[in-house]
Amino acid sequence: MLTTVYAILFYVATLTLVGGIAYRIWEYASVPNPLKIPTGPAPRTKAGAAFRVFREVAFFESLFKSNKWIWLFGVMFHAGLLLVLLRHMRYFTQPVWFWVDLIQPFGIYAGLVMVAGLAGLFVRRLAVPRIRYISNPSDYLMLALLILIGLSGLMMKFFAHTDIIAVKQFFLGLMYFDWHPLPSDLPLLLHLALVATLMIIFPFSKLLHALGVFFSPTRNQVDDSRKVRHISAWAAKLEK
Amino acid sequence: MSEEAKTPTVDEYLDPLATPCMQPGAMADIHTFPAAPEHQEKLGFPGELPENWEQVAVAKMGELLGKYRGFRVFLDSCVKCGACTDKCHYFMGTADPKNMPVARQDLLRSVYRRYYTFGGKYFPKLVGARDMTKDVLDEWYTYFHQCSQCRRCSVYCPYGIDTAEISMAAREIMDSVGVGQKYCNEILGKVYDIGNNLGLPPKALKMTLEDFEEDLEDETGLEIKMPLDVKGAEILLVTPSADFFAEPHIDGLFGYAKVFHAVGASWTLSSVASEAGNFGMFIGSYETMRNVSMRIRDAALELGVKRIIFGECGHAWRVAYSFLNTLAGPFDFLDPRYPFPQHICEYTWDLIQKGELKFDKSKNDEYRLTFHDSCNVARGASMGSKPGDQFEIPRNILKATCNHYFDMDEDTIKEVTVCCGGGGGILTDDLMDVRVKGASPRMTALGNLRKEKGVTHMAAICAICKSQFTKIMPKYDFEMDSILSVHQMVSNAIILEGAINEDDDDDDDIPGAPDVEAAE
Ligand code: HEM
Ligand code: HEM
Ligand code: SF4
Ligand code: SF4
Ligand code: SF4
Repeated sequence: MLTTVYAILFYVATLTLVGGIAYRIWEYASVPNPLKIPTGPAPRTKAGAAFRVFREVAFFESLFKSNKWIWLFGVMFHAGLLLVLLRHMRYFTQPVWFWVDLIQPFGIYAGLVMVAGLAGLFVRRLAVPRIRYISNPSDYLMLALLILIGLSGLMMKFFAHTDIIAVKQFFLGLMYFDWHPLPSDLPLLLHLALVATLMIIFPFSKLLHALGVFFSPTRNQVDDSRKVRHISAWAAKLEK
Repeated sequence: MSEEAKTPTVDEYLDPLATPCMQPGAMADIHTFPAAPEHQEKLGFPGELPENWEQVAVAKMGELLGKYRGFRVFLDSCVKCGACTDKCHYFMGTADPKNMPVARQDLLRSVYRRYYTFGGKYFPKLVGARDMTKDVLDEWYTYFHQCSQCRRCSVYCPYGIDTAEISMAAREIMDSVGVGQKYCNEILGKVYDIGNNLGLPPKALKMTLEDFEEDLEDETGLEIKMPLDVKGAEILLVTPSADFFAEPHIDGLFGYAKVFHAVGASWTLSSVASEAGNFGMFIGSYETMRNVSMRIRDAALELGVKRIIFGECGHAWRVAYSFLNTLAGPFDFLDPRYPFPQHICEYTWDLIQKGELKFDKSKNDEYRLTFHDSCNVARGASMGSKPGDQFEIPRNILKATCNHYFDMDEDTIKEVTVCCGGGGGILTDDLMDVRVKGASPRMTALGNLRKEKGVTHMAAICAICKSQFTKIMPKYDFEMDSILSVHQMVSNAIILEGAINEDDDDDDDIPGAPDVEAAE
């Protein structure tokens, strides 16, 4: 019964996440940029613009310019998240890729760092009046959700161990349509329910920033408007 | 010295970017004068609020979501990290939290969420979504006219979210339901009717230019021309109409004319394109911006020029550099050896580098100078051959023409320059409070420099900046003529062959005196 519920839940969540992201990519890609609006001074070459986006994604360059505390907590959270997710790959691959094995030891600290970063962001949101002013309930809930995912994960890691082999069999089973039972300890069920929630809301929430950063015209456009005429389809129609 | 209580008379270093304590509602009662129906209709907008305006506004938003990728991505992407909250000069100056960039965006984003997102449709409270109501519209009108579209916030946002784009969209939506701003829309009407922002007709322009030629002759003894509508000229100069009548703009125009004269360039102004500025950008309307831009294309074709050069104007340069090729191109009839369009500073600096202009820097010794980077040049456009040349070229010109040059605080210049407080359609008397307060970061930075280095003057390359500073500098204990044109410095220092020596007060006997006779 539990296994069935979670199996269905994860199918739905995966479909929503993948379908939702694909839809957003299509949506963003299909809306034109009628004008060149890179924030200056902007790179003059495609490679330069790509490198600019890369720096935003990898180092949060603009955020570093604006606020060192948000940057620090943000990097702790995101870098932690990245490592944690990569570490989690072992639940979905058989045999486990060798580099996933390599990062296993770091993964544990990553979980702690991630939660610490999230806590920092949460405290800032409450304690800095300007940020409290711009926050909606959803902004707190998003952080709370991630913190709970992290805490429930850490709990399994440090206190209430779960049967990782069985978890893995359950997920491999989902992938190959050969279901295996899911262990039924509470931290795991909580962890997974929250993760599924996160996956479902991803394409409908501000988590779209992960796509937005790649599509943002102020960051990804090349400053070549004097050299190349840039015209969008709807604007071209005005010339008729 | 000053009577203004809030004026900082700087005895010590003050933080130009100090973050104020929030005062909700501080600027809520400011409403710029609305456009009259006739001004709205001239631009193709409804004259007043239609019956079903809510639907019209929401539908217009939908249309823009499908036309501007930036608009859509920006509305979805903000994570409310708060990094931009202390970066807007209007927030720093007014302390009104709705002038924090993200809060300004949220005025519109809340409506977007309500009608165009799952969360906002079903859980409005949770995600801060609001219906499109008259109150919301009024709030838009207030706060989207307290944004100069300077893009400083976009530098600092981790996703480059540009509040200027949101402001433009908001103004376009408001125009679509008959709620326009008098200042911008009336001026655009003048451009449609007469060809420039001031409504200066060709005849009056001709006479003004003739007066200027006389002034220049009095000053230099040379016949320095200000040609108008000369067919077959090589260069078309498009400059803001303020250059024809306002100080210190005129002195900049004199500078351009002297540079052209010095190298014997064949140039002309145009009575059709007698305005570089393009307020179509401020109201976010592509069509309007395009219509206004077409005049330049028409003039260039009609006069058969080979190059187009723009005078000192910030937002005009953004439209020229970043948009003109798109809006009114292709300009394949121009000489491809020159950048199109070219900035007058690029032109002058190029000549300086080639050694074709000579200066007597001591002519500017009375000035201890700094430079205000106009945000539209700094963040909306560029110059020269590499990113950042828009900062170096004007500085290089100033350093070539003046002995005492100093920069302001580095987090208030170049890429992160703070706006003058008057850009983006704010330069109107009914928004004076916004203008004065919005200028405070810049004025504080300048005040520090006055204290530290004895700086007396600030040069700029934007017509709006210059007009704004002329007006608000006295409120901050500066002389109103502390603001200068960059080409004014060029004009003062340039050595023209055969010119009379104007330093007549003290040294009559220096070599070159015979020129006086020759000229007369
Ligand atoms: C391309 C990948 C991504 C990039 C470049 C990116 C970048 C950023 C940046 C720069 C911030 C603002 C600073 C901060 O508050 O941390 C941020 C915030 C945030 N990110 Fe990401 N992110 C990415 C992916 C993700 C993913 C996959 C998630 C979720 C699972 C996520 C969740 C969040 C959340 C919840 C916040 C808001 C934090 C707060 O409330 O202060 N991000 N992201
Ligand atoms: C279907 C997806 C997921 C599964 C099956 C899963 C499963 C698990 C399991 C079994 C553990 C315990 C590890 C151990 O005892 O060694 C764990 C730990 C953890 N999980 Fe997840 N998890 C998933 C998704 C996520 C997501 C999306 C996040 C973050 C947003 C996350 C964050 C954590 C953290 C921080 C830990 C503790 C540190 C660590 O062991 O890496 N998990 N997860
Ligand atoms: S910096 Fe960007 S993402 Fe952060 S609150 Fe401001 S607009 Fe939103
Ligand atoms: S564009 Fe400039 S004026 Fe507008 S919100 Fe951003 S910083 Fe403020
Ligand atoms: S008027 Fe000048 S400083 Fe102000 S927005 Fe325009 S360019 Fe920027």
